[in-house]
Amino acid sequence: MPNMSKTKVPMPVQEPDVRNRNFSEVALGYTEDMAVEEAERCINCKHKPCVAGCPVNVAIPEFIALVHERKFEEAYYKILETNALPAVCGRVCPQESQCEQVCVRGKLGEPVGIGHLERFVADWYMKNVHKLIKPAAPNGHKAAVVGSGPAGLICAADLAKLGYDVTVFEAFHATGGVLVYGIPEFRLPKNIVNHEIDNLRELGVKLKTNMIIGRAFTIDELFEQGYEAVFIGTGAGLPSFMNIPGENFNAVYSANEYLTRVNLMRSYDETYDTPIMKSRAVAVIGGGNVAMDAARCAKRLGAETVYIVYRRSEVEMPARIEEVHHAKEEGIIFKTLTNPVRITGNERGYVNGMECVEMELGEPDASGRRRPVEKKGSEFMMDVDTVIVAIGTSPNPLIRTTTPGLETNKYGGLVVEDTTNMTSRKGVFAGGDAVTGAATVILAMGAGKKAAKAMDEYIRGVIPADS
Amino acid sequence: MVTITSVAPRRFFGMEGFKLDRQMFEVMTKETLNSMTKRMQVYAPHIANKARPGQFIIFRVNEKGERIPLTVADTDKDTGAVTIIFQEVGKSTKELGELEIGETVLDFVGPLGKPSELDRIGRAAVVGGGLGCAIAFPQAKYLFNSGTQVDIIAGFRTKDLVILEDDMKAVSQNFYMCTDDGTYGTKGLVTDVLRGLIESGEKYDKVLVVGPLPMMKFVSLLTKEFGISTIVSMNTIMIDGTGMCGGCRLTVGGETKFACVDGPEFDGHLVDFDEAIRRSGMYKDIEGEKNAQHVCRLEKM
Ligand SMILES: Cc1cc2nc3c(=O)[nH]c(=O)nc-3n(C[C@H](O)[C@H](O)[C@H](O)COP(=O)(O)OP(=O)(O)OC[C@H]3O[C@@H](n4cnc5c(N)ncnc54)[C@H](O)[C@@H]3O)c2cc1C
Ligand SMILES: Cc1cc2nc3c(=O)[nH]c(=O)nc-3n(C[C@H](O)[C@H](O)[C@H](O)COP(=O)(O)OP(=O)(O)OC[C@H]3O[C@@H](n4cnc5c(N)ncnc54)[C@H](O)[C@@H]3O)c2cc1C
Ligand code: SF4
Ligand code: SF4
Ligand code: FES
Repeated sequence: MPNMSKTKVPMPVQEPDVRNRNFSEVALGYTEDMAVEEAERCINCKHKPCVAGCPVNVAIPEFIALVHERKFEEAYYKILETNALPAVCGRVCPQESQCEQVCVRGKLGEPVGIGHLERFVADWYMKNVHKLIKPAAPNGHKAAVVGSGPAGLICAADLAKLGYDVTVFEAFHATGGVLVYGIPEFRLPKNIVNHEIDNLRELGVKLKTNMIIGRAFTIDELFEQGYEAVFIGTGAGLPSFMNIPGENFNAVYSANEYLTRVNLMRSYDETYDTPIMKSRAVAVIGGGNVAMDAARCAKRLGAETVYIVYRRSEVEMPARIEEVHHAKEEGIIFKTLTNPVRITGNERGYVNGMECVEMELGEPDASGRRRPVEKKGSEFMMDVDTVIVAIGTSPNPLIRTTTPGLETNKYGGLVVEDTTNMTSRKGVFAGGDAVTGAATVILAMGAGKKAAKAMDEYIRGVIPADS
Repeated sequence: MVTITSVAPRRFFGMEGFKLDRQMFEVMTKETLNSMTKRMQVYAPHIANKARPGQFIIFRVNEKGERIPLTVADTDKDTGAVTIIFQEVGKSTKELGELEIGETVLDFVGPLGKPSELDRIGRAAVVGGGLGCAIAFPQAKYLFNSGTQVDIIAGFRTKDLVILEDDMKAVSQNFYMCTDDGTYGTKGLVTDVLRGLIESGEKYDKVLVVGPLPMMKFVSLLTKEFGISTIVSMNTIMIDGTGMCGGCRLTVGGETKFACVDGPEFDGHLVDFDEAIRRSGMYKDIEGEKNAQHVCRLEKM
């Protein structure tokens, strides 16, 4: 008899007013018993809508059935068949718009906690199973991966498993891409990412940090060095600003800068040298995951008041529901239907306020969301000393400007062939945010996987080089 | 001494091509130029092979350190050496200065930024202020070697801080030294010397100026008066150096630019220096707490 509870087994979390002062993980994870209890909520539907809802088609009912039988190790291998980073995805996938959105149990109550279970299985495996990974027998071919975000990591792993001699080139001093410099520790502990990267090393992948492709070497030079195919997974790191007056005052940050200082450079830890503003009142502009992360970091760094300023209403917010919920619990104040028009500063050049205007929703726009329009005469001042701009990012132009013949779209994304992820340059493949613009971890991984398969076929000559 | 080598470009086969028994980012040489300035060669063959005048690197000494930009002062493709000259103004540059020959820098990434556009200049004045002389030196050398008439004006606070004098003399037709206190060369500021030269009829197609922000501001104001095209090198606060954070942004001709990817060199007549000066002081109080006795030397320069 399945567990017919309408609600998920609740995820244990740190208390809001404790956690908003530390950087440890918010969600603490299921115990074995909780996981088994939640697994019992899955009714093992014949048509498995959840599987189609997952961008990489994780065998959801099958792995959940194994959890139910307490075969946690087997459950892990089942997930691993299609998803190489379950500990990451279980934590950061927007499940409510993917696997869990279409779960049959969601029609009458909450869907099965697929993300929670996936995370449990991965964490259980990490804690309990220590198997040495054997590198595959070398096949004598070399491939290069540019960028060590989820797209690049998965591409490298899949190629290494096929016996390729794979080198990953990463611009930063650390590997992991947004997983290490963007998503904060309290949502995705860095030891989880590092564990995955250690696995990659065991597979024989060479990781070279401090290597900016386009500067140290061009893509063409990588081919000269004997790499037979190149994957570009350089993400979408170029921050957009609003182009409003006052944006260059001190203590106006892009979310990228703020999060990098906090996460990668650990400015919250006294023993690190990274400076960051000591803020009293912070306005974060934007409504996505990035904005939530920046706001929650600001709170943890000691700001008394933190606002999310978003020009549409809460329904339109692209952030994961769980993160919006967590942010509110932690005391973040939501100012929706509000748009900044000007940032003001003092005589020393530091922010001392922000002027905003109220918005209302008009007709739907191209994205299908109702377009916000200004309410005349509704301008008001916000008392803030720090502004963090989280209104989006686009692909960095470095690679496309140093690689002749790479086609891009009007947003700067690399144009790739649908089935192979090959760019307009032979042997050059791409995927993840570098192609799609800012998207999700699971989509980036899916693209890295698809490209690895095509790169293998390309090098073996299955895809003709002159196609 | 910087050796002025001109090595024929050769193809580069990645790090494997270098069979020297060196680790990456090893300190190869180290010299003290004055009481607060050091010169080092760091082993980074891929950067030595690519760096052009005007470009920079970012280093991090240890796991907890900051990412700090420094100009590539010279390179040697044969030995894989990248030369940096740095002033020990704060914690990170001090820690770098403490490394001994044979020790390694944890991270060393580059070349970053756009190379200078230095071709087809008939006559140039290169103006360096203090440590700025080290940053301007590769440009002066490149210009000189490519046939440009180069006048160098070097300014220091006092005699004891003079660096690179012989190097600069070797790459210029005319060399003018000045100090604030008159202990060496003429007494006065670089702007005084430059004004004197221009007013006495010297004609320059280009003025290149590197030094503290206020100095670059005043040289730019001066050359604007005379309508001489001027390049400045903007040493803003940076993190990644790849255009990812926007922390290095500045206003040039009314537009926002990122110093690390659009620069570091810009048209001095278009840069909003007052904003840049305010931004460069953003963490002064915080850095000051961390390293009280080392703050402000750069400003005093
Ligand atoms: C703050 C934040 C929160 C997010 N939260 C979520 C979430 O909850 N759920 C979710 O699914 N998604 C989330 N995302 C989005 C997700 O992280 C990205 O879609 C995903 O990381 C994209 O992966 P990628 O591999 O394409 O690129 P990235 O992760 O961006 O990695 C690209 C890597 O390439 C490197 N690189 C760039 N240029 C070069 C070069 N020239 N040479 C060498 N290396 C280079 C970069 O340094 C970087 O390490 C979030 C993003 C941010 C910024
Ligand atoms: C493109 C570029 C090239 C550079 N090249 C060189 C070089 O060749 N040699 C060299 O010695 N320095 C160079 N600099 C400047 C150097 O990066 C800074 O001085 C650096 O902050 C020193 O770090 P620190 O931790 O030792 O000092 P910090 O503790 O960071 O700073 C000490 C003091 O210097 C001030 N400061 C911080 N950053 C800057 C800055 N960018 N400019 C002026 N003052 C600053 C601080 O406010 C503080 O008062 C360059 C900077 C840029 C952006
Ligand atoms: S990978 Fe993401 S979408 Fe797929 S099952 Fe796991 S949590 Fe759901
Ligand atoms: S849709 Fe929900 S209940 Fe049905 S198999 Fe998938 S997870 Fe189980
Ligand atoms: S240093 Fe980050 S964008 Fe320039």
